Amino acid sequence: MQRLALASAKIEDFGAVSARTVVAGVEVVCDPLGALYLPETRLLVVSDLHLEKGAAFARRGMMLPPYDTLATLKVLEAVIARHDPAIVVSLGDNFHDRVGSAHLPDIFRVKITELARGRDWIWINGNHDPDGTVDLPGQSADELHYAGLAFRHEPSLISPAGEIAGHLHPAATVIRREKAVRRPCFATDGRRLLMPAFGLMTGGLDLRHRAMTGLFERPNLVAHMLGRDRIYSVRFANLIG
Amino acid sequence: MSTVDSTTGPSLLPAAFTAWFSARGWQPRAHQMELLARATAGESLLLIAPTGAGKTLAGFLPALTDLTRRGRIPPGSAFTGIHTLYISPLKALAVDIERNLMKPVEEMGLPITIETRTGDTPQAKRQRQRLNPPDILLTTPEQVALLIANGEAPRFFKDLKYVIFDELHSLVTSKRGHLLSLGLARLRRLAPGLRTIGLSATVAEPMDLRRWLVAQEPGETRHAGLVTAPGGARPIITILKSKERVPWSGHSAKYAMPEVYEAIRDHKTALLFVNTRSQAEILFQELWNINEDTLPIALHHGSLDVGQRRKVEAAMAENRLRAVVATSTLDLGIDWGDVDLVIHVGAPKGASRLAQRIGRANHRMDEPSQAILVPANRFEVMECQAALDANYLGAQDTPPVGDGALDVLAQHVLGMACAAPFNEDALFAEITAAAPYTGLPREKFGRIVAFVATGGYALKTYERYARIRKTQDGLWRVSNPQVAQQYRLNLGTIVEMPMLNVRMVKRGAKGAIGRSGASLGKVEEYFLEMLAPGDTFLFSGKVLRFEGIRENECLVSQAFSLDPKVPAYAGGKFPLSTYLADQVRSMLDDPHRWGGLPEQVRDWLALQRDVSALPKRDELLIETFPRGSRHYMVAYPFEGRLAHQTLGMLLTRRLERAGRRPLGFVATDYSLAVWALDDLGYSFAVERPSLANLFDEDMLGDDLEAWLDESFMLKRTFRNCAVIAGLIEQRHPGKEKTGRQVTVSADLIYDVLRSHEPDHILLEATRNDAAAGLLDIQRLGDMLARIKGHITHRRLTRISPLAVPIMLEIGKEPVAGEAQDSLLAEAAEDLIAEAMGEAAI
Repeated sequence: MQRLALASAKIEDFGAVSARTVVAGVEVVCDPLGALYLPETRLLVVSDLHLEKGAAFARRGMMLPPYDTLATLKVLEAVIARHDPAIVVSLGDNFHDRVGSAHLPDIFRVKITELARGRDWIWINGNHDPDGTVDLPGQSADELHYAGLAFRHEPSLISPAGEIAGHLHPAATVIRREKAVRRPCFATDGRRLLMPAFGLMTGGLDLRHRAMTGLFERPNLVAHMLGRDRIYSVRFANLIG
Repeated sequence: MSTVDSTTGPSLLPAAFTAWFSARGWQPRAHQMELLARATAGESLLLIAPTGAGKTLAGFLPALTDLTRRGRIPPGSAFTGIHTLYISPLKALAVDIERNLMKPVEEMGLPITIETRTGDTPQAKRQRQRLNPPDILLTTPEQVALLIANGEAPRFFKDLKYVIFDELHSLVTSKRGHLLSLGLARLRRLAPGLRTIGLSATVAEPMDLRRWLVAQEPGETRHAGLVTAPGGARPIITILKSKERVPWSGHSAKYAMPEVYEAIRDHKTALLFVNTRSQAEILFQELWNINEDTLPIALHHGSLDVGQRRKVEAAMAENRLRAVVATSTLDLGIDWGDVDLVIHVGAPKGASRLAQRIGRANHRMDEPSQAILVPANRFEVMECQAALDANYLGAQDTPPVGDGALDVLAQHVLGMACAAPFNEDALFAEITAAAPYTGLPREKFGRIVAFVATGGYALKTYERYARIRKTQDGLWRVSNPQVAQQYRLNLGTIVEMPMLNVRMVKRGAKGAIGRSGASLGKVEEYFLEMLAPGDTFLFSGKVLRFEGIRENECLVSQAFSLDPKVPAYAGGKFPLSTYLADQVRSMLDDPHRWGGLPEQVRDWLALQRDVSALPKRDELLIETFPRGSRHYMVAYPFEGRLAHQTLGMLLTRRLERAGRRPLGFVATDYSLAVWALDDLGYSFAVERPSLANLFDEDMLGDDLEAWLDESFMLKRTFRNCAVIAGLIEQRHPGKEKTGRQVTVSADLIYDVLRSHEPDHILLEATRNDAAAGLLDIQRLGDMLARIKGHITHRRLTRISPLAVPIMLEIGKEPVAGEAQDSLLAEAAEDLIAEAMGEAAI
């Protein structure tokens, strides 16, 4: 489990394993654990946690392991410890289904409360969990406009400028010598940035998928891919070599 | 073995049968009569007979005669369940048997109803069959599982007298066989007096099959009786002697096409067998490239559209084809008109498989079948020669039956809950009567039941979502009807690779893609991932242009080119069998046996002997040599690709630890090549590490465990187990999941589960499977023990003749887990280089 292992690994030189870039004039850092950090405002963004995904499936008769929430929170804990942010924004699909936060076992509720202590926490509503959260610290909102950026779950089709969004779980495929490697990624063309899904039991959608059409100016599009222990930044045009 | 007196024998046959036989100038064969007598007397039996020995008729005779004596059931009688169940591994075989069985039944005017029931049977007919069952039902293992999971099963099967298993040898070794053995255990409970009849080709271990056919008691091994039919005429097998050069490596056998075509032209109908789908595609295309006489040559493999396959089968049965290129979909006993030649392209990989395939030609026992083996490369020449020797010697190398898989058991337990509430102890007694599960500990069964109920996790948070619950009466019941519905949708043990439908579309004048066209079949999603729009590849006998993926379909158009750009991966699907491997080793070791080999192959071996050495039968030859900026080690264990792959992973770990900086490895059926930055020859010479230590058996301990944990192969195995055990559904009511989605989530689930509950029952099932199958650990262990103290090291200054084939394979292998990040780094460096370039301007 690559990100879980990385979460407990010691990192000597964070600058070498992360990627700095600029979205609508704001400097952002892509953390290899899958979170975005804004140093100037000490704001940390994570997206698509999909907490309680295992339980959501179990409710429908598929008994997936009940450990995904635990694992995702471990990684979240590590990335919060690294940056000690003033504000945490969870960009929607925080829970895998509507009843997820209400049925959350107490141990996890306690953990989230600990993580949120001493900082602001904003739950952006997603399509999986449009009703906000139950009995958890922080506030719920459909969108957040802050520090010159707009934070929302689904990327908007009208106003790309300065948007940080999630929802699509972007992943990029590198092809070299007829071999393909696919990894989740931060995708940005300098106007907007799409966040990789942070939840450990979530899949990805390729940047070439139709759902991504029209979201980016392709000549400027860069995929900051989550590698085993660092970010690899690859231009869209260079993905297929 | 008891025999049947020929004077009393025929009296077992009703008059209609004797008349039918004599009208044709035939006589029932001794094994047919023996089987009839003993089955009628109440025995369960295994019939071992070569193709063409009237195996099918023999198997059905007890049922047909019994039904004839019973007569037709008068209308208005009480419900009568089916009398005989016939189970075949292939849908097509069931359909074929119906045709072959109906003929004598109609000619004799027997009062017997016969019907098939397969996945293709329409819903209305299935329902009618439940209300009004035929006397004889011809079906597949999956349909049996469906039928016994139904609440009406006791009524449907109460009158069951005979269960006939066709091609039993091919059924029992797989998970399908495990599921079927559990189904048989249930059938025995529903119809305690039933008798089983197993039909099989010659096998290495008939005792395994005889045990499989009857109920096992605790502490007592039981066996079905054995009836053996004499062998027919010995087949005439030759190895194609080509005027062309036999290539060093590869699997396409392109060099031999003119001679293969010649052979097709000289015969009435030829069956061409290959080992993989892509080989079939390539062979088919190559043949049509030189098909000057436009002979009707067709293609048949499992990925093709069902409609197309049926067309080919029908044309074949009507003798309208001159040749069919086929994969294992045609392996089993379907009767294919007048085939007078079998051509096997590529090495057969196992002596039994070869015998089976050759049996396809000429179903008349008294005439010998004709077969030509076409080796695709030089090692295959030796392998073909070994297989040929084996077929003459009658050697067999079918795999062992093996212990019942746990994921299959989980599926069966849920099925039994769908049929009726069950008592855990009673079900345990029932399933341990099935031969593959006799050794199952009670405690493990309990964990399986818990897994079926709530996933069986240590963290018990799913009690309220349980699929089955233990009620106050102590019986396990399904929680709601949706559970049964989901079970039925996902039943079976054949987990499909993620596949996409391939649809032919037209490209408009402006490059616009048309909407719809013919469906050509299915292709693996991982293959499509490597394609960019505009790439061309070979499928369904055509060169296709990849247009893109739309929803769940891969759109292609006709390509105006004969050379596909993306070569299909054409590695062998089956690993070399232990028996053939040993034969090839001993052939190499003994120049007296080279006589049957083509001259160029003999020259090749002689040259190898002069510049390096030939591997001896019981030793391991290791060669080291530099090439380019790298240092290579090539080992020749001849233990099959799977065992070599495992060995390669373990050796590179060890070399890494010894500081020898290994870069990669590639494995074939015959050898293994590892390359490194350090001079491996020198390292071994100064014993850093010594070869004895490097190849020590202890690598199967901690190294194996450590590697297994991160191996992508284990993930793939886990996916199969998870789907079979019902943890992941391939299909959810009203919501078809694509294979890709299943794959992604299976990997993630595996990771989450392994890091939090490494001893979960499903991970145990996965490790069992991997050790037995994909990794071939048993075989690797046997090899390491055998070569201990018998390693020969040759330090060479350059590549040896024997090493050429594997060196040509380098770069053709798919990328393995560990190497993935290096690919990312390569792509990312492009960006850096680009950025640096921009900065310089």
